[in-house]
Amino acid sequence: MSKTILTVDDSPSIRNVVRMTLQEAGYTVIEGFDGQDGLEKATTNHVDAIIVDQNMPRLNGIGMIKALREHPNGQGVPIVVLSTESEDNLKQQARDAGALGWMVKPFTQDKLLAVIRKVVGA
Amino acid sequence: MNEDLAAIFQEELSELVESLERALLDLKSQPQDMGLINQVFRDLHTIKGSGAMFGYTTLAGFIHDFETAFDKVRNGTQSITPELIRLCLAARDLIPSLLEDEPDPQDQRGQILRALRAETSGAPGAQPAPSAKPEGALLSFHLKGKALALGARPDLVLEELKTLGATEIEADISALPPLADMDPDMCYMSWKMVMPAGVAEQDLDDVFVFVDADWRLHSATAPTAPTQSEIAGPPDTASEARPSAIPLPDTDTKSESGTRNSTPKKDAANSGDGMATVRVPAARLDTLMDTVGELVTVEARLADMARSSGDPALVSTAELIAQLATQLRDATIVMRMVPLRSIIGRFRRLILSLSESLGKPVDFVVVGEETELDKTMIEKLADPLVHILRNSIDHGMETAQERGKTSKPATGRIELSAIHAGGEVLIRVRDDGRGMSPERIRAKAVERGLIAPDAQLTDSQIFSLIFEPGFSTADVVTELSGRGVGMDVVRRTIETLRGTIDVDSRLGTGTTVTMRLPLTLAIIDGLMIKVGEETYTLPLSSVKEIIELPKEKAIASETDDFLDIRGKFVPFLRLRNLLDCTAPDPDSQNVVIVESGDGCVGLVVDRIIGTSQTVIKQMSKLHSRARLISGATILSDGSVALIIDVSHLVSAANPHSKLTRELAA
Repeated sequence: MSKTILTVDDSPSIRNVVRMTLQEAGYTVIEGFDGQDGLEKATTNHVDAIIVDQNMPRLNGIGMIKALREHPNGQGVPIVVLSTESEDNLKQQARDAGALGWMVKPFTQDKLLAVIRKVVGA
Repeated sequence: MNEDLAAIFQEELSELVESLERALLDLKSQPQDMGLINQVFRDLHTIKGSGAMFGYTTLAGFIHDFETAFDKVRNGTQSITPELIRLCLAARDLIPSLLEDEPDPQDQRGQILRALRAETSGAPGAQPAPSAKPEGALLSFHLKGKALALGARPDLVLEELKTLGATEIEADISALPPLADMDPDMCYMSWKMVMPAGVAEQDLDDVFVFVDADWRLHSATAPTAPTQSEIAGPPDTASEARPSAIPLPDTDTKSESGTRNSTPKKDAANSGDGMATVRVPAARLDTLMDTVGELVTVEARLADMARSSGDPALVSTAELIAQLATQLRDATIVMRMVPLRSIIGRFRRLILSLSESLGKPVDFVVVGEETELDKTMIEKLADPLVHILRNSIDHGMETAQERGKTSKPATGRIELSAIHAGGEVLIRVRDDGRGMSPERIRAKAVERGLIAPDAQLTDSQIFSLIFEPGFSTADVVTELSGRGVGMDVVRRTIETLRGTIDVDSRLGTGTTVTMRLPLTLAIIDGLMIKVGEETYTLPLSSVKEIIELPKEKAIASETDDFLDIRGKFVPFLRLRNLLDCTAPDPDSQNVVIVESGDGCVGLVVDRIIGTSQTVIKQMSKLHSRARLISGATILSDGSVALIIDVSHLVSAANPHSKLTRELAA
């Protein structure tokens, strides 16, 4: 069965790139429109990995990760944070909140696939 | 100088030298033992100090240099090597001559000290034979903190490291706490492996980017004493510090790290080829298998007792015994395996003589004759295989003349193949003969009263009719086959081996008979069930699913004993009735859906208990006609459970089976 990836981003263009790239590679993709929506989707669907943007309205990426890790359905799923900045303090914040790693925007499709394969396997 | 004092020093010195020698010799077999290393150092230090006090300056000077070299071992920058021990012992042997301050014209002392310095400074040439070490760099890593809660996947990391060329991957489970103390979010294991020389740190950084891991890369030839000797130490490196390393079965790992393995192998080779195999009378293997069977039974009892005692020490010991019993069982099963080759010789002869007498030229091809099966099974398989091969050449093959009228090559082909598939062995006989005609089989079956004239059957159901007793389609009964006794016997034999047999055919193209057989006859995974007060066992491999018996079906009915399982009607049998159980019906009953060659049937049971390793004991001759039962087993509490004969029950419930009619009669 194909693996399900949740992409959470307020930018439709980013979501589209992620969705198309991953679907082409055989993954199932669910979309979340902001942190709050992403949190709901993550807790009500079975997802194998989550790619989440940091800067979003309503609930930002780190806020969503924190909330998800406190939720009984939010344990153990690998989360990768997307960010335009690459400062260490954001990375550390994301780690502390419960993210597995991060990926810097802009990224190529190959890079995204490589990351997802690293995180959940082919 | 006072003579008495000198004598006391001499005495003390000989004690010190003796102690030094003993410690050095012990170090040879326990190079990690810090106590011994410190002992050597203390002895050297005392010899030096006392020697200087009593005016033995040559001795003191020599020991000082000796000590300096050995200090590298004490502070961990140099590991103990056999060469180092040899040099130290040579140095120790010089002590008497140093005491006498004898001249040293050949500069033996200087040579030994230089060699010691070279050996302890990691200089080239001073290392032991480099072939004994894995090439490349050693990589070790473990996951930090609650890595698993974040979704880190060490398995993917290992996969990726393999693509970078990692070999000799070893998992270290020594940090694994008892189950009760285990935090499921933590990864307690660490891994060690050999990476190819020159692997880029950047690549490794990249591997670990999504895993919060501590990883270290050290060159295999650098003097990093502990790690190096753990991995590349000689086989007698039995220091208590060595972690219990287990190989990962799913990665490209040798069973043990290369070096540790190589020495015993060499010994075995040196001790002569005669030891490579041992011939053992088959009866001894049977005894061993029986004993292992008993062990598995007792082990289950021990596990039960340990569980109910709640004593963690007892539980972990029982788990260890369970693991060992499983290993012993598997090793014993393998020991009893013989290659199919052992019975193929007689098939070749058979086919050659048949092909000549029938005028049907045939190539007999065998694929996988190295495939191994339990020896008892091989013996029992010979007759069915002879029968199938005979049928193939007698019925299946056309004569050379007939073949000439088709596009087929004049020489026919019969292929016997055997492969391991999962826990089973697949044996297949395939010919490129005329194939079977579903219409003719069907007509014959109707004529023989095996099926109703209007029965709706698929081709594969029709083909399986050839396994029914009393079926024959050969127009002329030949001397060899075609009397209609055969394929039913073949099927019974295969089923007593707990295997299945299928036939598939295409008219004009050929016929394939496929047999699936378990690897062993003696031990199976069983599903324990309860009917009334009695416990019975079903072979787990035949169990498809378990459902609850619907309330409306609870009362026995002549016409309604069918279940609708996802749109498919499955007949069911009430074991309570078949086994004459008179105990009152329980509130709810379960249906175990079992499958064999003939299809599916549900067995209504009172209760499901669980799975267990079932050691099959054959029934005595007196019970050989008990049709519902194929054997017996001993449960973990010491009581006996009968094993239900699933293939018999399936055919009994099969509407067009002869057995059904027999049972009904």
